[in-house]
Amino acid sequence: MRIRSAGLLAGTAALALATACAGGGQEADQPQGGMVIWADPERTAVLEPFAEEFGEANGIKVDVREVAVDTIQADFVTAHEGGSGPDVLVGAHDWIGNLVQNGAIDPVQLPQEKVDALNDVAVEATTYDGRLYGVPYAMENLALIRNTALAPEAPETVEDLVETGSRLKDEGEVQEILGLQVSQTGDPYHMQPFYTSAGGYLFGTGDNGAPDPSDLGVGKPASVEAFERIAEFGEEGEGAFKRSIDGDNVGSLFTQGKTAYFVTGPWSLAAVQEAGVEYGISPVPGFEGGEEPVPFVGVQAFFVASGSKNKVLAQEFVTNYVTDPELATALYEADPRPPALNEVAEKVGEEDADVGAFTDAGANGRPMPAIPEMDAVWDPFGKAQAAVIGGADPKEAVESAAEAIREEIG
Amino acid sequence: MAQDRSSAGGAPGGAPARPPLPGGSLAPRGSAAGQAAKTGMLALAAAIALWAVFPLYAAGQWVGVGVVVAATALIFYVYLSKRAVPAKYLLPGTLFLVAFQIVPVLYTLSTSVTNYSDGHRGTKEQAIDQIEASSVERTADATAYTLTVAARGSSPEGELVFLLTAPDGAAYAGDEDGLRPLTGAEVGPSGKITDAPGYTVVPPSEANSRSEEITGFAVPTGAGTGIRSSGFSSAYEGRSSLTYDSGCDCITDSRNGRVYTADDERGAFVSDNGERLPQGWRVGVGLDNFLRFVGDPETRSSFVGILTWNVAFAAGTTAMVFALGLGVALTLHTRHRLRGRTAYRLLVVLPYAMPSFAMFLLWRSMFNADFGLLNRMLPGPDVDWFGQPWTARAAVLIVNIWLGFPYMFLVATGALQSIPRELVQAARIDGAGAWQALRQVTFPLLMVAMAPILVATFAFNFNNFNAVWLTTEGGPFPTDNPLAGATDLLITYTYRLAFGVSGAQYGYAAALSVFIFLIVTVMSVVSLRRSASLEEVHR
Repeated sequence: MRIRSAGLLAGTAALALATACAGGGQEADQPQGGMVIWADPERTAVLEPFAEEFGEANGIKVDVREVAVDTIQADFVTAHEGGSGPDVLVGAHDWIGNLVQNGAIDPVQLPQEKVDALNDVAVEATTYDGRLYGVPYAMENLALIRNTALAPEAPETVEDLVETGSRLKDEGEVQEILGLQVSQTGDPYHMQPFYTSAGGYLFGTGDNGAPDPSDLGVGKPASVEAFERIAEFGEEGEGAFKRSIDGDNVGSLFTQGKTAYFVTGPWSLAAVQEAGVEYGISPVPGFEGGEEPVPFVGVQAFFVASGSKNKVLAQEFVTNYVTDPELATALYEADPRPPALNEVAEKVGEEDADVGAFTDAGANGRPMPAIPEMDAVWDPFGKAQAAVIGGADPKEAVESAAEAIREEIG
Repeated sequence: MAQDRSSAGGAPGGAPARPPLPGGSLAPRGSAAGQAAKTGMLALAAAIALWAVFPLYAAGQWVGVGVVVAATALIFYVYLSKRAVPAKYLLPGTLFLVAFQIVPVLYTLSTSVTNYSDGHRGTKEQAIDQIEASSVERTADATAYTLTVAARGSSPEGELVFLLTAPDGAAYAGDEDGLRPLTGAEVGPSGKITDAPGYTVVPPSEANSRSEEITGFAVPTGAGTGIRSSGFSSAYEGRSSLTYDSGCDCITDSRNGRVYTADDERGAFVSDNGERLPQGWRVGVGLDNFLRFVGDPETRSSFVGILTWNVAFAAGTTAMVFALGLGVALTLHTRHRLRGRTAYRLLVVLPYAMPSFAMFLLWRSMFNADFGLLNRMLPGPDVDWFGQPWTARAAVLIVNIWLGFPYMFLVATGALQSIPRELVQAARIDGAGAWQALRQVTFPLLMVAMAPILVATFAFNFNNFNAVWLTTEGGPFPTDNPLAGATDLLITYTYRLAFGVSGAQYGYAAALSVFIFLIVTVMSVVSLRRSASLEEVHR
């Protein structure tokens, strides 16, 4: 019995050691396994050949890992905290505020001539607290896509649009006046051109040109007036803005010809083309007699992780390699959004009228605020919009949203 | 078990008096297969332990190493010793209870007294490092150099030197002493230096393995400025504007002379005029998170309403899924031949078999006021399901019941089949009607099996985040309060407070979880006590 136990123990130990060695070996390899890039699924495949080329040129393995688009930012921060993050992150510029306060990314140092080659708004978007934190490669903003078979002319104002839309609805050509996603909880991103055209703003501009969290535009009289204007086109008014239209159904409304107008970004273009709808792209119109609409501009950028163990390579990749026009062109071809490199944007704009039209629609756009305080705005502000569109009192809705935001910002 | 307990009392600490344990006669011999299984399981435990220890050892987590070693030693002692028979049964469950219940609760408690949140994740040292590192700025009109990383001497492992080419073609060598002109260098087409006398060019992969050294290196060029690398093929002249001084425990901004002093209560560097640097660190805040929740008048007023609806939601769901599940189970539990009984059962179980995530989203679109299937099928005017409090509540309940009743049906079918039919037949012979037999014979026996499941269903639905978040997101929201919606459960409400409005606030979230944990615990204890009385039928 005793002998058998001893044998058992020895056997167990041997087996365990063997497993551990196999496992241990793997562990030991990983940190030096080369550079790791995190990107969302859409961009992973495009980046792979370039990452490989970069790796081969420098004698190191470069791995592009796909991370789900909804969680990539949170996963990155968590991984950074645990010391197991990637070396390079591909993501949106409005994460910068949060990534910086968590110390997860480093500033990037681009020579002035490279900065000059980039779109000004893109550079502004990736500049935070006076420092450049990411190298932008693509931009996106909202535009109005219209079904040219139903509405041949681009509307000059929201009133124009609603007039044509209502006429088409009365004639039974369409079901809805406008395809604008609102949903039950609101969608400030898609509402922004209308909100700004009606005179509202989110944050004032500070001395350094960045959004100033101490000057909150929500709750100011101008924002109440803006909401009153929006309410005129809500469910109790013209019925152009509706809570029943959300991100899930808005695309099919347009592609099935149930509405003639669709407020969306370049990401919807593929679906529209696939559906075979004849379309035209124009800037999102403003209200009659209102301000010029200011849509949000979102910028996709490459970031250097501060926790990177291959920082020299990561910096090299981000500052010297991704500013290459060839890569920008390839990224554009995989996912047609206006490139941030002026040279490429011009070339692409000539060849592809759609991208040019989106760039034009964003000409008046401003970068989405990247300050962490913006997190406090989305939820209450969206709900206020949804409430007003559903017929609630604009003043009460805006003021309670402003109170919730102020309480959070402190 | 009862026998075991009384005997243990009879012979305190005396092994000889121990009566034969259940299965004890088999224990000494054991079967070959049993021995093999035991060996296999122990080997697995050892393997897992070794797998877990190495990374902990590498990270210097000695407490973790200690815990793993102790747990493994305990496992080996219990299963290799012939004495600790009851422990052999209890150990796996106990270990899992500790690992998956007690440790998370303790961790949540310890987090709830910190300010752990976005901007306060790491240590003070990390925050300082990051503040200094991210404050490096390119000097105005700085020259952009082409960089070649090199080492002094003939080995690439030698002392680090930056070989720099200015845009005008001039070459320099920079080290810790400063910048010197470089002569005799061969410059490649990209501007990089390919060869220089006295230096060895470091290849990129080699340079990468010296990352830390290279990124920390600056060739001094003047007061506070230095030439730093940006990757391995470009360099710039820059200065670090924020510097930490441990003497005053503060950070000085050289651009405007502003001083940010460390505030160890807030975990941030704060200047005199109240401005703070974004990078903070994690500190203990005592009961602040709890007080913040209790002290906020708005939260207090919302809380009672949400709790009431939460209880109603969980109780309503439980009651309805039970009634519906049992009803269907009884219908299909007939003695008569029922054609396609299996097909019916399969159909009923379908909602349970489908991924609930997708089902919630599907139901959400079916409830859409303008385009939803329900409004199109129902006669009368369109109902704005998610736009009004009571219709939204009804909608959430309907979806949840639809998803939940198949499980009850499965359990009830199993329980019904375990009740001998003779009992009901005897009752019928004694003159009981069908209803009376069901109510007084079948039902009490059924409840023995069902009561704990009902308690579990209640507890699960009390925190059924998905059912609400994926359908209504807690809405509709009253115009005067965008934080507390009509269908909000405590868990969705607190999730919004902790994560929805201002980044991730783990400390606050943990404090809120502690509240919910207490509420659920109290409710579960009360209901388990009450359901224990149902077991009286066995006595």
